[in-house]
Amino acid sequence: MNTLLESPRNKAVARFAQLLASDKRYKILEAHIKKFQHRQDALIEVLHKAQELFGYLEDDVLRYTAAQLKLPASRVYGVATFYHFFTLKPQGEHNCVVCMGTACYVKGADKILAAVEASAHIKAGETTPDNKLSLLTARCIGACGIAPAVVYDGTVTPRQTPETALAQINQWVTP
Amino acid sequence: MAAKTLTIDGTQISAENHTSILQAAKEAGVKIPTLCHLEGVYDVGACRLCLVEVKGSNKLMPACTTRIYEGMEVTTDNERLQKYRRMTLELLFAERNHVCAVCVANGHCELQALAYELGMDHVRYDYCYPKWGVDASHRFMGMDHNRCILCQRCVRVCWHIEGAGTKNVSGRGSKSHIISDLNEPWGNSTTCTSCGKCLLACPTGALFHKGDTAGESLRDRSKLEFIVNAREKQQWTV
Amino acid sequence: MTLNDLQETKAKELATRKKIVLRCCLAAGCISSDAKGVKEQLVKAVAEAGLQDEVEVRGVGCMKLCCEGPLVQADPSNALYIKVTPDNAPAIIAALKGGKVALQQADPNSPFFTKQEPIVLANCGLIDPERIESYIAADGYLALHDAIVEMEPKDVLDAMVKSGLRGRGGAGFPTGLKWGTVAKSPGARKYVICNADEGDPGAFMDRSVLESDPHAILEGMVIAGYAVGADQGYIYCRAEYPLAITRLQKAIHQAKRLGLLGAGIFESPINFNIDIRIGAGAFVCGEETALMASVEGKRGTPRPRPPFPAERGLFDCPTLINNVETFANVAPILRRGVEWFAGIGTEKSKGTKVFALAGKIQNTGLIEVPMGTPLRTIVEEMGGGAPDGGKIKAVQTGGPSGGCIPAQHLDTPVDYESLTQLGSIMGSGGMIVMDETTRMVDVARFFMEFCMDESCGKCIPCRAGTVQMHHLLVKLLAREANARDLAQLEELCDMVKNTSLCGLGQTSPNPVLSTLRFFREEYEELLQPDPHAVPQLAAKP
Repeated sequence: MNTLLESPRNKAVARFAQLLASDKRYKILEAHIKKFQHRQDALIEVLHKAQELFGYLEDDVLRYTAAQLKLPASRVYGVATFYHFFTLKPQGEHNCVVCMGTACYVKGADKILAAVEASAHIKAGETTPDNKLSLLTARCIGACGIAPAVVYDGTVTPRQTPETALAQINQWVTP
Repeated sequence: MAAKTLTIDGTQISAENHTSILQAAKEAGVKIPTLCHLEGVYDVGACRLCLVEVKGSNKLMPACTTRIYEGMEVTTDNERLQKYRRMTLELLFAERNHVCAVCVANGHCELQALAYELGMDHVRYDYCYPKWGVDASHRFMGMDHNRCILCQRCVRVCWHIEGAGTKNVSGRGSKSHIISDLNEPWGNSTTCTSCGKCLLACPTGALFHKGDTAGESLRDRSKLEFIVNAREKQQWTV
Repeated sequence: MTLNDLQETKAKELATRKKIVLRCCLAAGCISSDAKGVKEQLVKAVAEAGLQDEVEVRGVGCMKLCCEGPLVQADPSNALYIKVTPDNAPAIIAALKGGKVALQQADPNSPFFTKQEPIVLANCGLIDPERIESYIAADGYLALHDAIVEMEPKDVLDAMVKSGLRGRGGAGFPTGLKWGTVAKSPGARKYVICNADEGDPGAFMDRSVLESDPHAILEGMVIAGYAVGADQGYIYCRAEYPLAITRLQKAIHQAKRLGLLGAGIFESPINFNIDIRIGAGAFVCGEETALMASVEGKRGTPRPRPPFPAERGLFDCPTLINNVETFANVAPILRRGVEWFAGIGTEKSKGTKVFALAGKIQNTGLIEVPMGTPLRTIVEEMGGGAPDGGKIKAVQTGGPSGGCIPAQHLDTPVDYESLTQLGSIMGSGGMIVMDETTRMVDVARFFMEFCMDESCGKCIPCRAGTVQMHHLLVKLLAREANARDLAQLEELCDMVKNTSLCGLGQTSPNPVLSTLRFFREEYEELLQPDPHAVPQLAAKP
């Protein structure tokens, strides 16, 4: 009896019950998974929703997703780490995405990135220690007509320069 | 089953329909180098060592996943193919830290054996020296990522022979690596059955039996084929 | 929905049209420059001037001249206002009444506009992409009716073959042939996939089409489904295009409501559903087998072909995959006739091609020209040449899989074969202009870094080869490479090109190969010591 109770499966079930009871976001995620009828091919859609809800994909979320879709954890982790869009680390309060597409690059996106990196003391892909800012790069956001473009907290902003980028960033972090 | 006639390196042979070039060549006694192919599991065409020339196609075809057809003319060995194969091996040796002298698989390693066989005696590229660790958390098995060539043989046996789904590839590109469960220490895995099939499958010293010293790791890969035949064909042929 | 209903919807929509239309570009580029604010203020200004009954303010898709956005165009006067701010609204309204106002305008009769031949972009910037009635008023869904009600699937396939349409995703495979193969492949279930994973950096044609005319894609897909015998479609759209996804969702909802999608289309027994699958940031998913793995919720790694998707694709069923622009051509071909379409373009490349012009060029934006148009017409006449009196050095087409075409080859006609001959490819349509300040080895390194980061890691030549090629390019740029390194780079290019598993790997050396071919001196110059370097000893005062 005791050994049964301590089986990893039972432990996981108990953990998920606790998460569902204590965190509303899991309820929303559960509803979303139901919408896809627990289909395994909806994994990426579910991860999108999870990231939208939680900001990043923490281990519990990945385990919960795996259990709900009846997939091995390794598969969920493999998918979550394959795609750039998913992040397994918490993100800063604000984010700045510098587009590094060809059009932006030939118009000086590398200089914008370098300026922001130097000012915020972080590299692309990192978050400042005070959790204020995450600096990211994009492969191309398709805004080539207004290059170089930078996305501040989801807002695409055209024709940026190192100066305009720093002006924006410095509202969030003190250089 | 209808048989098909084809030519491999100028010799006419016949093989069953739907056979791969690799299988047909093997039956005819022609050895094509491979690293990701493993009897018992499906092929992925990832290592590109088994690329062959097929008359009428301007692209090189992977022997493991290309089916034969009537009248096919295959060249499995020439200067160009040899050059590409040597370069592929060089790229592998430069990619991670393959130090044969201190490796458990020294002398029983498919990568090492192929390098000898194909005359790849030195690497012209700069070594990458990535910092990969060793996962020694499992009771009696270990994973040394420095020796891994990402052939995914362990992943395929774990999923398709054992059915546990413990192992998978994580990340992508040169940052890909093999994980257990949620990228957890292997010893903490709740899904691993400790069956050891991944050890049997590994072509290099990446997966090893703890306690083996350099040069000790000998693997009986026919066990994998044995299990698959037993399960799928109900034939127990040791 | 019947033909009658369709015509009624069209008539009703046209009847409610007002005398004057102010079209505001609401595509992603202009929205980033506050085009929504412009539209709001225009609506307000119209109300304040009491012109509600005469003037319609319509949000439309891409108006093509992206560099000058936000754009507003007045119908019927044709005045095209550029760099509009919300504060300009009253002045634009005043101009409608013939007032002379100091507003920046672009010339709608400049070659940038007049040399275009819109088929795919015909509705772009004219209709409201968020209202199906607006699409129907432009004869939308008429081709679908004709296909389903008047034609057999075989006739549709015939038409596609005869049109000579070739895939607009890059490789230029004959579309009719592909459709025919899927139609012939045995299978209880078949799928149609629209590849909207426009991953090439520097390309935004598909984004513009999706944002500006989403129903055209849906219509093309349903026609394809009918022709090949599929009842389920997927649009695989990249996550970087949130506006495109929203508009597609809206369009699907509207089309279902009118019975143009879903069960019993045009009251026939034909069913076709479309679901959107959102990518998650992986360039390799533009490759069809990787894309299908991703739709199945897996890691987007390619697999060897054959079997081709047409025989065994999504969920192991026969699958038709075409890209956005290809589907956008389908309805116009059926509606305006195969002969009309085949009459445009060159002998082997029919129709038009949409390009996204960007980089060091005056007019950046979206253009659609007949196949065979010389590059020079595109970049010099339409694009206006390099800005600030600069000189064009090269034009990059095909993104990371393409190459750089040097200025001396600008008279090359743009078609599949000519571009391939120059070591580039048509690609999906990104066209980045480079001027004299661009260093070609750096461009090659930029693309190699891209391919290295985007390699899925499955096959060795691409995974490890791109790392080594990138390393050699970095060494070159640091002037630390020697002639042997350069030879090694060339050897690796050949090897990776010929041995990689998928198109991404096979084409990853192209930017290096094409710059080596036309700008070899820039590589060789880097083998010499830096002529501008200050000698160590002399550096001391």
